[in-house]
Amino acid sequence: MNQFGFSINKDKSIDMDKTSQKLTQYLTTEEPSFNICMSCGTCSATCSAGNFTDFSLRRINLLVLRGQLDEVRDEVNKCMLCGKCTLLCPRGVNTRGVIVAIKQYFDKL
Amino acid sequence: MKKVLIIGGGVAGMEAAGQLAVLGYSVVLVERKDVLGGHVRKWDRLFPNKRPSEEVVNHLLQKVQHPNVEIRLKRTVTDLRRNPNGSFLAILSDQSPVSADVVLFATGYHLFDAYRKEEYGYGIYNNVITSADLERMFKNGEVKTAEGKIPQRVGIVHCVGSRDTKCGNLYCSRVCCVTGVKQAIELKELIPNVEVFNFYMDLRMFGRGFEQLYLEAQQKHRVRFVRGRLSEASETQDHGIFLKVDDTLVGRPMKMTVDMLVLMVGFEPRKTTFPLLESLGIEKNEDGFIKIRDCHFDENRTNVDGIYVAGTCTSAKSISETINDACSAALQIHRNLSAKVKDKRK
Ligand code: SF4
Ligand code: SF4
Ligand code: SF4
Repeated sequence: MNQFGFSINKDKSIDMDKTSQKLTQYLTTEEPSFNICMSCGTCSATCSAGNFTDFSLRRINLLVLRGQLDEVRDEVNKCMLCGKCTLLCPRGVNTRGVIVAIKQYFDKL
Repeated sequence: MKKVLIIGGGVAGMEAAGQLAVLGYSVVLVERKDVLGGHVRKWDRLFPNKRPSEEVVNHLLQKVQHPNVEIRLKRTVTDLRRNPNGSFLAILSDQSPVSADVVLFATGYHLFDAYRKEEYGYGIYNNVITSADLERMFKNGEVKTAEGKIPQRVGIVHCVGSRDTKCGNLYCSRVCCVTGVKQAIELKELIPNVEVFNFYMDLRMFGRGFEQLYLEAQQKHRVRFVRGRLSEASETQDHGIFLKVDDTLVGRPMKMTVDMLVLMVGFEPRKTTFPLLESLGIEKNEDGFIKIRDCHFDENRTNVDGIYVAGTCTSAKSISETINDACSAALQIHRNLSAKVKDKRK
């Protein structure tokens, strides 16, 4: 019950001193092309899933790097693995492979 | 023999001196320091191919070893006047006079004084250093914090003193992006497990080989790039540097502690040359760099006849660009001085 109208906002900021780098390390061995993403957003612009939900592979890549693994786990299931993004990525990231590896990581946990 | 006075013995001045000497001009090269070479001497290895800076300096030193070049070290030009016949008379700081048919300003730039960006803590926190300080450490072969420890996490801040109206500098200094990437790679090569984060607003990888360096930084060295300008730095109890930045691509603020913070300081006009420029009526841009006659067709002449410019005294340039600019200045001087070729534009 919120009797006094006081509440404390959760800190929105990402604290890089506390976040986990485990998934980043996993991807670096399993799908190293993950590291060369330049956040251009071509993948997310073409993605059908992204047109209907707030799913974005560009953002997922960053969330992995920032250790926001809970968010990544929820988001990654929205991908249909169609592979359209892989055709377009100008940096040559195996985007579909990145998603598959992320899913594998969570499955193994 | 026609005579050219070159003010500034850095890359531009040396290259121009070498070219003009070969073209048959008598050159007086005035340098305020006790050695030629300018800023390049401070650098350890150069982008894009990690060439040791001495190679560039030595290459240029060889060029100025020419009977037509007279080098005057540890001197500045204190007075410069035009004679009634259009030639110039300069007085150096040792009172010696130098007469010349034309004068080339190759006076270079000044590195942004990072103290002025107070919120980043340079000069306040010992583990905040500049790109030039880091080069000095590379030259000595070891990078350590002020406490003598090997840093495990380093932050590199782009655009320090550039693209910032609070510093009065609207322009981009052009070479600090690639320097940031180069230094990130060098840190990774020197300290195997170091984490490196580059904080940038835009990555300007315009030159030959620059984009490849960026790719190498990501692919081979796992350098992390964060789009967002550092808002402030503060010191932690154990002398780490605590950073606050907006991770603009994620859309959330980010904080982290680094062991060392490196500021990519930009170019500024060399203010000590202003009195000389003003005494001759040489125009400057709003940003303080010397104004060129035309940004496409006439980059090496100023508004004053007989006063030429080369290198970074007109804008931020890489070494390759500075050398090209100096060649083009030499050619322009040659065209205007040589009796055989009449310059119709004049
Ligand atoms: S298209 Fe490729 S480089 Fe661009 S954001 Fe997506 S994965 Fe990254
Ligand atoms: S593979 Fe996944 S992320 Fe890529 S376009 Fe298809 S749905 Fe989108
Ligand atoms: S080159 Fe890069 S770091 Fe330097 S001022 Fe321009 S954008 Fe900033």
